[in-house]
Formats: sequence, C-alpha cells, structure tokens
Amino acid sequence: MPATLEFERPIQELETKIEELRKFSTEKGINLTNEIAILENRAREVRESIYGSLNSWQKVLIARHPERPNAYYYIKYLFTDFMELHGDRCFRDDPSVAGGIGRFNGRSVTVISHVKGKDTKENLARNFGMAHPEGYRKAIRLMKQAEKFKRPVITLIDTPGAYPGMGAEERGQSEAIAKSILTMAGLKVPIISVVIGEGGSGGALAFGVGDRILMQEHAVYSVITPEGYASILWKDSSRNREAAEAMKVTAQDLQKLGVADQIVSEPLGGAHRKPEVAADLLGQALAANLDELVGINTDILVANRYEKFRAMGNLAGTY
Amino acid sequence: MVLEFFRKQKYIAVQPEPVNRDIPEGIWVKCSRCNEIIFNKELDKNYKVCQKCGFHFRTSAYERIAMTLDEGTFEEMDTELLPVNPFKSAEYEEKLKAARKKSGLSESVVTGEGTLRGFPVVMVVMDSNYMMASMGTVAGEKIARAIEAAVEGHKPLIIFSASGGARMQEGILSLMQMAKTVAALDKLEKAGQLYISVMTDPTTGGVSASFASLGDIIIAEPGALIGFAGQRVIEQTIRQKLPEGFQRAEFYKSHGFVDMIVARTELNSTLANILELHLRGEK
Ligand SMILES: [Zn+2]
Repeated sequence: MPATLEFERPIQELETKIEELRKFSTEKGINLTNEIAILENRAREVRESIYGSLNSWQKVLIARHPERPNAYYYIKYLFTDFMELHGDRCFRDDPSVAGGIGRFNGRSVTVISHVKGKDTKENLARNFGMAHPEGYRKAIRLMKQAEKFKRPVITLIDTPGAYPGMGAEERGQSEAIAKSILTMAGLKVPIISVVIGEGGSGGALAFGVGDRILMQEHAVYSVITPEGYASILWKDSSRNREAAEAMKVTAQDLQKLGVADQIVSEPLGGAHRKPEVAADLLGQALAANLDELVGINTDILVANRYEKFRAMGNLAGTY
Repeated sequence: MVLEFFRKQKYIAVQPEPVNRDIPEGIWVKCSRCNEIIFNKELDKNYKVCQKCGFHFRTSAYERIAMTLDEGTFEEMDTELLPVNPFKSAEYEEKLKAARKKSGLSESVVTGEGTLRGFPVVMVVMDSNYMMASMGTVAGEKIARAIEAAVEGHKPLIIFSASGGARMQEGILSLMQMAKTVAALDKLEKAGQLYISVMTDPTTGGVSASFASLGDIIIAEPGALIGFAGQRVIEQTIRQKLPEGFQRAEFYKSHGFVDMIVARTELNSTLANILELHLRGEK
C-alpha cells in the first residue's frame, strides 16, 4: 500500500480495519462477508468524498507523492524500443533529465523528461529531478535532433525547479533555460508537453513550450513552490496551504487560465494508486493529440504555437 | 546652484561622521559602496555613477532613456496597457498602487522607439523602482509587442533588463511571459534583426532565464547582480556562504555568459559602435 498522506488517514483506517476483518475471518473460519461489505462501501464513500474534493495543497502533496510514477515508468510503459541518449556534448550527462528515442503507436518520437528518483538513493543520484544547465542542453540537443529527423517531441515535466546551486550558476542556468524555451518556440516538429507531477518554475517551463500542454489530473504547475511564495510574499513559509490556493496551481486552475489544454484523468486517489491505469490514460491522451498534430503543416504548426503563447495571460482579451 | 553646492560641501566637512547624519532626500545621496556623499545633480551628470568608486546606481526607466537615446526622439508605445490583477487579490491591488506611487510608472517596463546617435532603434527598459521590475502579464505583453515592432519595423532591438524575476502575484501566467517574450525573439532571430541585451542591476530569475540571456550581443553593467537563483536560496540549498563577487557581472563574464562589461559612461558610444557595425546600408 502506498505511503499515506495526512488527509488520507480516514481512508487508511478503514482499509486497515477491512484487512483485519478479512484476516480474522479466514483464521477463525467465521463468515464476515456482510460486515466487510458494509465497511467496503463506507471506504468507497470516504475515498470518493476525500479525493473528490481535494484542495490545492492536497494536490501538491499528491503531485509530490514519493510513490507517484516517475517519467521512467511512463516511458517504459508507453514507448517500445526506447533507447536513452546521454549527455550534452559539452560538460556531462545530467541524470536529472532523461531523453531518447522510442516508438509510440508505431511512430518514432523523441522523449525528454525530468526524472525524480523512486527512493532516497535514486533521488540523490538524480538530484530530486532538479536539472543543471547540462540537463537543459542535453534536451536542446535532442530537440534539434528530433527536428532534423522530423520526429515529434514529447516532454514529461516533473521537477521542483531548476537546481539553485553554485555550479548551475557558473555554467549558465539562465542561458540554458532561455535557450531551451527558444528552441521549443521555433521547433519544426509537433511537441506535446505533459506535466506528470510537479511543474516548478522556469525549470519546468524549459520543457513546457508545446503545441499541446497536458496536465495529469493531480499534477500542479506554478511559478514558484507554494513554500517559496509564502516565504517571499508573506515572510512565512508555513502558510504554504494558503499560498497554493492563492497561486492557482492545480490542473483544473490551469485549464481555466488557458495554460493547460487538457486534463488527463488519473485513477481515484492519484496515479500512484494504480500506475498502469494512469499510464493507459496518459497513452490515450498522447495518441489522440499526436494524431491531430502530425497532420498539420509545419509552418502553420509553428505559427499556431506562437499565437498560443503570445496570448498567454490575456484572460479577458483586453489587449 | 554652484554656491549651494559649496555651502553643502563645507557643511559636510565640519561633520566628523557625515555618513550617519540625516541626509535631506532629493539633494544628496550616499554611495552604497564607498559611502561618499554625492550631490544628486553631480550624480545625474555622471550617468548616476559614483565618481569616486565607479559604483553604478540604479536608474529609472526614463533616466535610462534620456541617457541612451537622442534627445526628444523617444516615442513611447503601449502607454494604455495597465497591469491586470488576474486573481483579484486585494493584497496585489495594494502593491500595484504602492508601486505606481513609488515609481510614477503604470508598469515595470517602458517600451518605445527612438534614435541612438541617429540610428533608429526599438528600446525596452525595465524599472526596478516598480515592484523590483518583476514581469507580469502586462510587462510581458509590452515586451513582446516591442519585439514585434522591431521585427516589423526592421529595427535593432535594445533591451535594458533589470528584474527580480517573475511577478509571483500573477501565478503561472507570469511564468508564461518567459515563453511569450522568447517566442517573439525567435521571430526577430529568424528575421535577421539585431538584438542587444544590456543586463543591469539586478537581472535575475525569470528575466535572466528568458529574453535577457538571448541577445546577439550581451552587455552587462559593472557590478550588476546577474543569475538565475536568488543568493539566499542558493545559500540555503548548499548550506554555505557564497563567495564575494558570486553572480556579479564580472563573474558572469568570466564564465562566458556576457560579451562585455561596459561602464555606463561609455555605454552610449559602445551601443552606437555596435549599431554601426551591423549596418546593412539602411542608414
Ligand atoms: Zn562610490
């Protein structure tokens, strides 16, 4: 069973009770079918009620859930013959970013993603999905390669943000992110960007200039972490819940704001509860969008992408 | 005026610790690097650079325009674009009001066209007096429009960046301005138009990670703070103090991300030289 979040306690308590009853029933040979059914019904209601009305902060917690499927999970599940390609040809291979070529629905595509680790050890190796400039430069290289061979690009976004460290600054974190955005803006192949967990700041946007921006149901995407927002604007990082609400970070918010084009459903309670179901749903959404995009003439595709980002923020059409 | 200047000088001379004294605002200013007390009019004459130590004071957008463009040639664009409050936050409304009062501007960016020693240019200037020149949706819109004006008018573009980064109060929409402005620069790039980026103090966050870092030529002012992450955030992450000069213009140049550092007193002639070298028979 996945690690329980604070607000999931009532669900977990019921699930534990059901488990105990089952065990008791088998061990003692007593028929408890009715009692178990009642509790299961109750658990379903509680699940639907809790997961059906998640607030922004709870969504942040699900998006950051340690067992949430990471990009590798989806890559392995959805892309056949995936071949990872390494390095920025300049400094090193950044393990926070994965990229390569694979087959999706019979079509060759380039996949680029942030990668968070599945456990502490892998997270340390992957720097918790926080890329250095060389990660973005690897991505830029692979985007240009995709353009050369006319392969669509799929980016999977899942990062708390670009890494704020000395080496990152020395090697031009700003320039690397800016170049990645520039490369995507003019890239002559279809791009689909999906936020699969946490979309944090410029580090996320560096992979986010797609013809389509998809967000998984419980993914979040924001200009700064709620903790950062609360600490800078209110000098109180404990007001993270309030900050998450104020900033509008959920997939549902972003769709209303015209940033996310489509929300990809997740299994009840989040992708980590049934990763295969989440991956199937993501695969369906990718396939539908890709089919539409590959038919569009390149010049029109790039012009549409321009108009899409050009209009960002002009909510009321005031200018 | 001259008389007043000497009288004040004398007055200072009799004070043992002039730096601790209350300085009447608007007449004198203390250099934040060398503590020299400088007569405002003198500072303005020297492009707001301390004559004693070379410290570059921050400038307002209109001061910058006056220092850069030929007198009377600046025509401002999009003055009717006023900031929006997308999430209807009362707190943000107050901040906007205070920023307007402090800076005398309606947004953090001033854009327009003019000539620089006779060369027609499109110019964008960010003003740190307005909410640390953070980039919200309207600032992004003004910058994108200015870039498009450069593309359409076949004019070189000069952007003077100064910014603490994205305007957090506008949430994800402010982040998207990075993509919006950079996409516009892609058009300029493909049109073969010149873009000179001038990084002034401070050029950080979402602004440094978008248009500011994409100039054909990137100039930085001496001592300007330039970087992606805030210094406090880096220090908290790596759990150590940052060395002196980290993320300053000189650091950024030595690491290969800035073409040259130009003192403000030389900036106008440097820009004119660059424009001259890029002439393709248009003048
Ligand atoms: Zn000085």
